Amino acid sequence: MRPADYRTPAIGSDSLAHQARLLEVWATAPGLKGFFSSVDHKQIGIRYIVTAFLFLALGGIEALVMRLQLAGPNLSLLTPEQYNQLFSTHGMTMIFLYASPILSGFSNYLWPLLLGSRDMAFPRLNALSYWIYAAAGIFLYAGFLTGNGPNDGWFNYVPYASRDYNPGLNEDFYSLGMVFLGISTTVGAANFIVTALRTRAPGMSINRLPIMVWGTLTASAANLVVVPAVSLAFLLLWMDRQFGTHFFDPGGGGQPLLWQHLFWIFGHPWVYAIVLPAMGMVSDGLPVFCRRPLVGYAAVALSTVATMILGFGVWVHHMFATGLPGLALSFFSAASIAITLPSAVAVFAWLATIWLGRPVITTALLFFASTILLFVIGGVSGFMTASVPVDWQLTDTYFVVAHLHYVLIGINVFPVVGAAYFWIPKMTGRMLDERLGRWNFWTMFVGFNLAFLPMHVTGLLGMPRRVYTYAQGMGWDTLNLITSIGSFVFAVGVLLFFVNVWKSLRSVANAGPNPWDAPTLEWAVSSPPPPYNFAVIPTVVSRHPLWENRLDEEGAVSSIERGMLLDKGKETVGTTALDAVPDMVLEMPEDSFAPVLLALGAAALFVGLLLKAWLVAGGGTGLVALAILIWLWPRRELREREAGS
Amino acid sequence: MSETALAQPEKLPVGPIGRHGIGYWGVGTLVASEAALFAYLLFAYFYTGAAAQPGWLLEPAPPLKLALPNTILLLASSLVAWVGERGVLDRRRWQALLGFGGAAIMGTGFVVVQWFEWKAKAYGLGTSSYASLYFVTTGFHIAHVIVGIGVLVAIFAWTALDYFSPRRRLTVSAGVLYWHFVDLVWLFVFATYYVTPYLGFGR
Ligand code: HEM
Repeated sequence: MRPADYRTPAIGSDSLAHQARLLEVWATAPGLKGFFSSVDHKQIGIRYIVTAFLFLALGGIEALVMRLQLAGPNLSLLTPEQYNQLFSTHGMTMIFLYASPILSGFSNYLWPLLLGSRDMAFPRLNALSYWIYAAAGIFLYAGFLTGNGPNDGWFNYVPYASRDYNPGLNEDFYSLGMVFLGISTTVGAANFIVTALRTRAPGMSINRLPIMVWGTLTASAANLVVVPAVSLAFLLLWMDRQFGTHFFDPGGGGQPLLWQHLFWIFGHPWVYAIVLPAMGMVSDGLPVFCRRPLVGYAAVALSTVATMILGFGVWVHHMFATGLPGLALSFFSAASIAITLPSAVAVFAWLATIWLGRPVITTALLFFASTILLFVIGGVSGFMTASVPVDWQLTDTYFVVAHLHYVLIGINVFPVVGAAYFWIPKMTGRMLDERLGRWNFWTMFVGFNLAFLPMHVTGLLGMPRRVYTYAQGMGWDTLNLITSIGSFVFAVGVLLFFVNVWKSLRSVANAGPNPWDAPTLEWAVSSPPPPYNFAVIPTVVSRHPLWENRLDEEGAVSSIERGMLLDKGKETVGTTALDAVPDMVLEMPEDSFAPVLLALGAAALFVGLLLKAWLVAGGGTGLVALAILIWLWPRRELREREAGS
Repeated sequence: MSETALAQPEKLPVGPIGRHGIGYWGVGTLVASEAALFAYLLFAYFYTGAAAQPGWLLEPAPPLKLALPNTILLLASSLVAWVGERGVLDRRRWQALLGFGGAAIMGTGFVVVQWFEWKAKAYGLGTSSYASLYFVTTGFHIAHVIVGIGVLVAIFAWTALDYFSPRRRLTVSAGVLYWHFVDLVWLFVFATYYVTPYLGFGR
């Protein structure tokens, strides 16, 4: 019989038979087959998180080696070239392979659960974005491990990155690897945008989105249009280096400054992309431990979006008003000025939430609350560097290094570890140890400040960044030693976190669906959630569906227990962009090998380009084309083609 | 106790119907991202050109003998592809096949002419920044045309297999949208490289 084109979804309650039906269509096959073909956002999210933490560890080890070298004057653990590769690889790893992917990982895992849906809008695209991320990460590290790591800083200015000054394969690895990685970021961004707009639970109108969704959505909208700028820049650089083009080469009429423009068109919004979702984690997590909803939801949501718009504005301002050197020099500072106003909104909202709430001290809360403090310090130092005369004094000194670590560690690493304490029980069904958690927190917090607070002074005393050693008697010795000690303390703190996770994985599942008594939809399902997330599609009428009866709100309450059953296939509901009114039944794709095949083909393509092995590149392209054909071949189950055909 | 709100929708479309489906949104995001990519390419041209010395333009009066008809050919192919889409909508399979096949052939013609255009240049990729920009920008575009031709061929084949109906045809509409995009982008590339020199840019 021909399946109907239109259907009134049956409404019902959860039951064992219903769950069994759903499990059959949604479960991923066991073993390797499932591993390579799964499109379940929860599996992909966890892979993202594990991989990103792995890169955090790698980048951390690189940092520690640098700190050993800098612990005292005139040490010779590293050669200058090794030091160059280390700080560049450290920056690349932390910025591109840790800070952004870790947030994608949490968002991947959490979004459908937060939104009351059964998966992301494009599950196969989701798998693709992970595989490409993993492959690009390996590609970039293959360079580093063969002595060809980037050596010109993570923002890689020409002319030093051009072939005349840098004849090795270092910059080719970096350039092609970044183009490769850009594919992952872009398709991931597209997926987040469509997911947020089209696959929410009925009733979750746009003013009921969790703040983390706002954060990732804003970041994704920016990424979608700015990542091509950096991908293009790196591709052109590679062509300049390998094919004698003259994009950045003044000798042939090219413009070295074009590099900086293309890079910072991307780099400016990118800084927000790696903090806004993390701020969202705080905005969603902190209130749970303050036992009250976030104060000033609308202001925080709007300021999230405003930050990004301002971020673009800053770039334009720099471009037309101050010219380029200003852009290049005070990048981080300018970013901080722009972020000041909207982020002040977030900070006041967090403080007010703590003030008006009844805080319950947990490790997660400590991490979230410390974010506020570090945020303020990072903001102030950013504000300082942003004033031009001060800037000239501080540019390219350790003051900037201190500042950027306050921003990146303070507003990315701390909230992320807090988020891990908060959400890992959802992912694994197992709590993390609170006692070990306190040790974890305080070691990280003390270590971090010990390492990076004195670094401001080192900078004020004039120590330049990116030098592999320094002379005795400049007044920098003690400060550097303290920084190095602090770095190791911080690293031990991160290690304690990993130990805690490892310990918890070996404990019994005891978390239950809602260990924190939290208000949002992800806590309505079991921990870990079943493959289909929600047995029935919930209907929500507020931002905190699980807290409605105690907040004494007027009017109707959300429906968690009863809803659309959608068990006629691998289905979920599509809703309208603003009001989240159901407007279609979405047929979701089965697990598929096409994404991993495509990523393999793309990897071959990039390896081929790097080695100029055109046969390999051609074969890779062929594989990519084949994978896309398999992927897009219209399927009856997805109603992409007429049933009778 | 307040009452429970429960969404109980009436009849909903199951899967994509017509253009209504998230796949179309997916292609929309793809187009947005690719449009940005070309915007940066053209930005690179204007930025480099604005700061360049006189004589930067290797062809102050770019020859239009091939480029103009070729532009018209490509734009016309967009129309032909649209006719093909109408064919699916009106259940006229031969019209659809003619449309997709015709657009693919016209697109191929464009690539061939573009190839001759390249061959006829007195300069090469490495001659100067102008030359690099010219070849890489048009090269990027040709790559997109080739992908677009692949899409048209696939839609052609699937139509030949009678996969689509006026309701189940999102793939067709999404593919044709991509083709329109590829053609529209050319208009910007063409205007930048072939028209603005006549208006005085970079001279
Ligand atoms: C144990 C923790 C860390 C330590 C000890 C550390 C240490 C360092 C050191 C010594 C440098 C080189 C400074 C120079 O010579 O100019 C550096 C640069 C940098 N670090 Fe870290 N870092 C740590 C964690 C992080 C994290 C978590 C991030 C990002 C999320 C990060 C991002 C960066 C960036 C972007 C640079 C600039 C690289 C460049 O100059 O191109 N770091 N860090």
